[in-house]
Amino acid sequence: MVQKLGVLTETASQTGGPYVHIGCIPSFAGLPGVYPEDLGLSPITDGAKGEVITITGSIHDGTGWAMRDAMFESWQADGAGRYPGQPGADPAVSGFCRFAADKDSGAFTLRTIKPGAVRGHDGRMMAPHISIWIVARGINIGLHTRIYFADEDNSADPLLARIEQRPRVETLMARPVGPGAYRFDIRLQGPGETVFLDI
Amino acid sequence: MTETGRLIPRRRDAHPVPYDPDYKTTMTRSPNLPLLSMESTPSEETGPRFGHGLIGALDNNLIVNFSKGAAPAIGERIRVHGRVVDENARPVPHTLVEVWQANAGGRYRHVRDTYFAPLDPNFGGCGRTLTDENGYYEFLTIRPGAYPWPNRGNDWRPMHIHFSLFGHSFGQRLITQAYFEGDPLIARCPIAATVKDRGQLDQLVAPLDMAASRPMDYLAYRFDIVLRGRRQTMFENKPEGM
Repeated sequence: MVQKLGVLTETASQTGGPYVHIGCIPSFAGLPGVYPEDLGLSPITDGAKGEVITITGSIHDGTGWAMRDAMFESWQADGAGRYPGQPGADPAVSGFCRFAADKDSGAFTLRTIKPGAVRGHDGRMMAPHISIWIVARGINIGLHTRIYFADEDNSADPLLARIEQRPRVETLMARPVGPGAYRFDIRLQGPGETVFLDI
Repeated sequence: MTETGRLIPRRRDAHPVPYDPDYKTTMTRSPNLPLLSMESTPSEETGPRFGHGLIGALDNNLIVNFSKGAAPAIGERIRVHGRVVDENARPVPHTLVEVWQANAGGRYRHVRDTYFAPLDPNFGGCGRTLTDENGYYEFLTIRPGAYPWPNRGNDWRPMHIHFSLFGHSFGQRLITQAYFEGDPLIARCPIAATVKDRGQLDQLVAPLDMAASRPMDYLAYRFDIVLRGRRQTMFENKPEGM
């Protein structure tokens, strides 16, 4: 026998199921009035510093079908690369948003400001990115990924540099489609599969 | 409480398998390719914080929060309570806990749920609270009903409550489900069975907690939750391998 470690094991995840919206965004689910408003309606308030952008897309399963029940959360730094709660962070940026695929079309929209680059622990700069977490029926543990921007310099980003198959980097790029407008599609499985993170 | 430092990497074998033919939807909703593993960065080590101003007085009482206290929901009254701690066994204080569940008949109040068990006009099925300074939380609710779902020919979900946890960083984000001690449907549930580690599945089953029940009012169930912790070390502020 050896000494006993006082370390616990993380509680096992379970799928959020098809009705995740009831618990997280009840007004969206058709239960208005339980709370004054759904949590995380917007990651910014008026006066947030930086370029206001809109990212639209959809999420597809392994057959290519758009998933109409997925829910997303996003977390990001402010326009200067500071996370909410850090010294000097923009008070008009909460950084957190919840949004869901449309129940008919499967499309989602995130309106926010473009985040600044963030300094990593080793001093290297991470290119501007938005962290994304995805839950839905059939997803047993929430999937983490990141949205980067194709019109930024991503050449020195430490996470992107770890992707061996270089064409897969493209799956993490939001593409400009107009002034302040980007397109970002997610593929859970199969051709063009999005890079998901264990981080 | 340490709020800096890298997150302890997830033990994927302690979690459900992403692909499981017995839970058919996972077959098209699980990545084929390996996840990209990497040490956490400030993007995962920070996260949204929510204050007490967010929480209404009835938010953690699902028996009355939908009717705003006008009339109680139908069902067996239960208290569900426990502690949220991290892998270092430290409490996670002031963190948001959200729950959702079916009503006593096994029906969700959701536009997509068409099961013919009736809706309860006084039950919405969602609640939320913040843990206290010791990581403790509690809800008052009704015992959710079991219900059938389209998967294999005759699959039923055991009674369960969905839990959503934030912790203090985006990398700790977790959704799970609490089951109830003694429910024979747990052993038949393909969703519960996606957790292959038997000890980990046992940790999703809330025991009856008579000491926390209230005579002539409600039974109690205890559900403790462990979130990812942070590595405790002095050797962080230098490049790898130095």
